[in-house]
Amino acid sequence: MTRALFLFLLYACCLSAHAAPDAALVRQLADDDSSVKVAAIQQLTLSADPDTLRVLAAMAEDGLYLAGDQVVIIDGDKAFDAATGTPIKAPENAESVTINNRIRGELASALAALKLFDTDVNVRLASAQKLQSSVSGEMAPLLARALEKESDARIRALLTLAHAQASLGSADPVVRLAAVRALSETSSPAIKSVLLPLTDKAKEPDNRVRFATISATKAIDARLARAENLGRVFSGLSLGSILLLGALGLAITYGVMGVINMAHGELLMVGAYAAYAMQSVFRSYFPQAIDWYLPAAIPVAFFAAAAVGVLMERTVIRWLYGRTLETLLASWGVSLVLIQAARVLFGAQNVEVSNPSWMSGGIELLPNLILPWNRIVIVGFALFVLTLVWVLMNKTRLGMFVRAVTQNRAMAGCVGVPTARIDTLAFALGAGIAGLGGLALSQISNVGPDMGQGYIVDAFMVVVLGGVGQLAGAVWAALGLGVATKLLEGWAGAVIAKIAVLVFIIVFIQKRPQGIFALKGRSVE
Amino acid sequence: MKSRRNFIKATVLCTALASIGLASFGAHAADTIKVGVLHSLSGTMAISETALKETVLMTIDEINKSGGVLGKKLEPVVVDPASNWPLFAEKARQLLTKDKVAVTFGCWTSVSRKSVLPVYKELNGLLFYPVQYEGEELEKNVFYTGAAPNQQAIPAVEYLMSKDGGEAKRFVLLGTDYVYPRTTNKILRAFLKSKGVSDADIMEEYTPFGHSDYQTIIAKIKKFAGEGKKTAVVSTINGDSNVPFYKELGNAGLKATDVPVVAFSVGEEELRGVDTKPLVGHLASWNYFMSLKNPENTKFVKMYQDWAKKQKLPNAAKVVTNDPMEATYIGIHMWKQAVEKAKSTDVDKVIAAMAGQTFKAPSGITSTMDEKNHHLHKSVFIGEIKADGQFNVVWKTPGPIKAQPWSPYIAGNDTKKDEPESK
Repeated sequence: MTRALFLFLLYACCLSAHAAPDAALVRQLADDDSSVKVAAIQQLTLSADPDTLRVLAAMAEDGLYLAGDQVVIIDGDKAFDAATGTPIKAPENAESVTINNRIRGELASALAALKLFDTDVNVRLASAQKLQSSVSGEMAPLLARALEKESDARIRALLTLAHAQASLGSADPVVRLAAVRALSETSSPAIKSVLLPLTDKAKEPDNRVRFATISATKAIDARLARAENLGRVFSGLSLGSILLLGALGLAITYGVMGVINMAHGELLMVGAYAAYAMQSVFRSYFPQAIDWYLPAAIPVAFFAAAAVGVLMERTVIRWLYGRTLETLLASWGVSLVLIQAARVLFGAQNVEVSNPSWMSGGIELLPNLILPWNRIVIVGFALFVLTLVWVLMNKTRLGMFVRAVTQNRAMAGCVGVPTARIDTLAFALGAGIAGLGGLALSQISNVGPDMGQGYIVDAFMVVVLGGVGQLAGAVWAALGLGVATKLLEGWAGAVIAKIAVLVFIIVFIQKRPQGIFALKGRSVE
Repeated sequence: MKSRRNFIKATVLCTALASIGLASFGAHAADTIKVGVLHSLSGTMAISETALKETVLMTIDEINKSGGVLGKKLEPVVVDPASNWPLFAEKARQLLTKDKVAVTFGCWTSVSRKSVLPVYKELNGLLFYPVQYEGEELEKNVFYTGAAPNQQAIPAVEYLMSKDGGEAKRFVLLGTDYVYPRTTNKILRAFLKSKGVSDADIMEEYTPFGHSDYQTIIAKIKKFAGEGKKTAVVSTINGDSNVPFYKELGNAGLKATDVPVVAFSVGEEELRGVDTKPLVGHLASWNYFMSLKNPENTKFVKMYQDWAKKQKLPNAAKVVTNDPMEATYIGIHMWKQAVEKAKSTDVDKVIAAMAGQTFKAPSGITSTMDEKNHHLHKSVFIGEIKADGQFNVVWKTPGPIKAQPWSPYIAGNDTKKDEPESK
């Protein structure tokens, strides 16, 4: 009821008096009891002058302090008296005014309500958007008033929805019916929650309104389900692209060259640590460009992993070509050496690799479908790496040599292909691609010495399922596994999904050992 | 790893660092008391447990500087069970039979504690376990310095149902798939039912250890929250999975004002690797926060920061303290007091002397070891994450509460005795 009164007064005097906020009320903001704080916020909002906005905004940003009995705003090294806004000397022992979720929510609606009458269109738009999920019945007159004054079409549309939500509690069934009709066009889960009580006979006596609400929630449900399925496909794609990045390097070393490289996971780790190293370099030397450490890390990750690959190939792998079991054991040994090396160099604990700011957050496609930027960037990066590999393998001389050596080593040697060098280069290429995969993984999962172990199984799974010797196979296998895992997870939970996928692969390999795509021709022996 | 680096430094560079860590080669076995440190320094739990190893070493250093125990210096024996549960049992046996330690400080996950229990019972060892856990256990050979469910989980859920907590009516119980989250959620489900929350309003979800893809789960939580009632998430996710979970939570735009997440295994240490700005307002329930203001805590935080600088820990300038570190610190000091009271390190005498020990804890209360049930009396604090990764205390109990290891919300517990068998 106090709330109704306060909003009515706000509506009445939203553009009137320009006095500084009441000092006693401002002092109440720093009270220990959150109910007192809430009351003060509501009372202060009445005045609707820029000073109130300033105080409440500072409070929402944790910038409000209590020094003795004086409430002050501290912004960096400057301090102001909260009530009057006059600059003062920064007090010694200021205690921050704590806010909890309840107060934070209250502040958000108060600020949004105050900003609805701002002169800047964008500010009004933003606050109208914020109000969508926190409308209460008492706001109806305020929203009607704002709607009356509003000229911008987008804001009007938002305000109409907010007003409809507020009118759902109206005593007049005709008003309620109109509100339900207006809301049935939306597709937001928040609005569905608001409508749900009206489908209950005990709460909504009017049959017409109730039936309209039931059909409205059904329509919203259908749209929500569509968005959900889209979201599921996207997370499947995202997981698929991660699997693909983890497996592409292996598709070259194992798939094309036939080397069972158990140290593949550690090559991913090298790439991830390259990202960490570049981040540290940028932090110490170019702190202003810290957001761009990731692009700079791309060549570093590629060449670092490729260098490790060359070293491995020259010292270990080349002596073991054609001896599968020995290669497996030797490369497993190399993987242990690499893990220990990372522990010695960087410590056994995970290191922190933060997302650049342009990769944080997401785009809101639909009210219940937000695509996070880091996932979008990784899908794009997977495409980029895939194109790079495809061009290298199919359009360059090196790629042609690699394919020639794979298909018939003796014949290739006879026509003058330096087979030993091609082996080294191909292995380095596979390792470098793994490094790029590791770079991408550093953005979504933990970076630590053991991280490779978690991906080696998945990587082999993708390559074997796709068919050895096939890049296209790896792509289809990665995307298929990604989408299948995500659909299963949604239906049976993460633990069961993992088991089901592994069982599926065992059965599949039993039935079709050559994978989805079988290589046709002489190299299949 | 740290100790190995120290070792190299100590031997190759002849630095003065040799006084602590694993550099025990200079000490004589006769005039020291050996103390086992059993924490994972690698693998998925290293994110949480490494700091506890450092706390043990720091506290031992502090005690040694003030004269040791019974006139003898303490000598730490550090082993790395590598987040590998069977390896915990092996290392525990090694500590007890080969190194003959007087006491062990160690374990984080309940599965690791369950794995070492038979060893401590068989060889009559003494283990101090510093982490909040699910209860349902009371062993003579173990002292539990972390919280039982009634000292952490139940108050947190009560807060979520209160006016300030947002009056949640629907709950998502989300955890890593092992004994602690499963048991805690069983207790919470029974508790919620006693408060009139129906089964349809509770969703339980589990992920494997080290899980890193939380897209599906966040989407499910969003859907569950869109059913018309205020929803809250209770997270018992453990280890480094928390980093991808909180990253996804921030990116997916799930705000604390809409769906608050309260976590039981996330503290200052776990949040170091996460951008906390999108997470402001999400909650954690503990018996200690670094942001608490009292002289004991100021001393404790300062001591750890100095220790980190002296040991050149990674990111030494930004180290934080957390609840299990405080519990470790209390545990070692109480053990020291008990040994001095018993005038012996004999396990049975120390166990008897532990009853009723008190210690001025960094959380601002005087911590008391219960006379009988091997658990501490603790205050409960609920904190909201701030933009700088610290916690704002938004609620606390008026004073310490006694632990109930046998939760009354599990059937059959009313007949169990509140003290270890076979004492």
